[in-house]
Amino acid sequence: MKRTSSRDGARKSGSNGDGKRVRDLSGEDQFRLKVGLAEMLKGGVIMDVMNVEQAEIAQEAGAAAVMALERIPSRIRATGGVARMSDPSMIVAIQRAVDVPVMAKCRIGHIVEAQILEALEIDFIDESEVLTPADEANHVWKHDFKAPFVCGCRDLGEALRRIGEGAAMIRTKGEAGTGNVVEAVRHMRTVVAHMRKLTTLTADELMAEAKHLGAPFELVRQVARTGALPVPNFAAGGVATPADAALMMKLGAEAVFVGSGIFEVGDAARPKEARKEQSRMARAIVQAVAHWDRPDLLKDISTGLPQAMRGISLESIPEGELLAKRGW
Amino acid sequence: MPSAAGRAPRARARDAKPPRVGILALQGDVVLHERALAACGATSVRVTLPEHLTGLDALVLPGGESTTMLRLLDSSGLRAPLERALRTLPVLGTCAGLILLARQADALPRPPLGVLDIDARRNGYGRQVHSFTDDVQLTVSGESVEGVFIRAPRITRRGRGVQVIATHEGEVVGVRQGRAVAIAFHPELTADTRTHAWFLRDVAGCLS
Repeated sequence: MKRTSSRDGARKSGSNGDGKRVRDLSGEDQFRLKVGLAEMLKGGVIMDVMNVEQAEIAQEAGAAAVMALERIPSRIRATGGVARMSDPSMIVAIQRAVDVPVMAKCRIGHIVEAQILEALEIDFIDESEVLTPADEANHVWKHDFKAPFVCGCRDLGEALRRIGEGAAMIRTKGEAGTGNVVEAVRHMRTVVAHMRKLTTLTADELMAEAKHLGAPFELVRQVARTGALPVPNFAAGGVATPADAALMMKLGAEAVFVGSGIFEVGDAARPKEARKEQSRMARAIVQAVAHWDRPDLLKDISTGLPQAMRGISLESIPEGELLAKRGW
Repeated sequence: MPSAAGRAPRARARDAKPPRVGILALQGDVVLHERALAACGATSVRVTLPEHLTGLDALVLPGGESTTMLRLLDSSGLRAPLERALRTLPVLGTCAGLILLARQADALPRPPLGVLDIDARRNGYGRQVHSFTDDVQLTVSGESVEGVFIRAPRITRRGRGVQVIATHEGEVVGVRQGRAVAIAFHPELTADTRTHAWFLRDVAGCLS
């Protein structure tokens, strides 16, 4: 696309060319900027894309951001092997193709993959259980980075540990690549219920609760005071339909990640048709997140859509292949 | 009824009620604008459908993704009613809101609303790692406020009737044309509500 290349040229002279943009900010200011971008994504849909064409479909459909990765979770599940950070060349191609924020995944604890993604000027790094973990004990110390991080969680303790390490956005883990929303629901309900519980505890009960949660005490106190996470709280993992996305919003999510749920739609043998169907599904999910509390509109949004990805039941996945169990 | 004795006479009858400010709530940092408006004593209304546009004193277009908002303006049937409402309603746009109010911006799927005679370049400072916070001069009041710039747009052209209201290192980062105000940064990301208060008081005239 001609438009893309000329725009890219203009951007270079604007941002890097004048040499003034590298500012020394305090850690606190830096963290506010990271959370600031997460705030801007609220009410939006972040879509997994595997190439430039899908990124363009996602942006045109109204995605608030795209996640560039070589294999969407359903394919990682199908092909097995070690799943790693995507090749920078595919990430760069997607950055050039779209103007919405571009995210990418690094392995849990893989500091160098995270540094490479930051050097690529990725807008958000997902330290993700969808990839094979690089460190079974430690996550990345995210405060060291200028790029913001999002991390998955199954419960409040896990969410607060990641925030303690510097995550600027939390998402449920769900069970990625299954097209089955049940785990995302479980994780969101667990987080929200525990936050509500914290607001009912007295000051002298909070330390024991922090011990029980395995979470930093100051963050536990903060949640007890506000009833909410100190960073935006998004949903991910198994969202396959507009109704799934609206359900996650109803349960307290502030935005929704859709991984395999869009680009697993349609028959790969008929690519043109498949693209149309993917685009319709993407648009419908964007609308459903914007109007999640209006069943009268959700009825129309959900009508006549292409068939959602087939999906798999959780019971059919061997214990060792559950992605949500990665990280702690 | 509590006695009004001793209070200054009211300038307008509607001062009795807090101003009702609509926030375009299709996507973006709606909650932060709600917080800022509440701190100014205004009531906010989330606007996602045409029916939410009635009975408003002013409108806010929040930060977020402009392509997402433009797409949803179409699919929710809100674009035409919003354009009509903006002929009379005072409006404040921040970041993506600035892009929506502009005549033109690069690489949008459909034209912005064109309420302000400006052109904008999206992500004018670069990607997120170039986001920054710094002092911004509010030229209308001579005050300095903190400007949080997140993947912020830059104003590349200003029409003749467009007044400068904020600058950063000499560059124009906030403008006003009649009832419409657009700023490239996010006052709603700070606890400082002076920008919102100024808009409600001096532009919208719905706060005394």
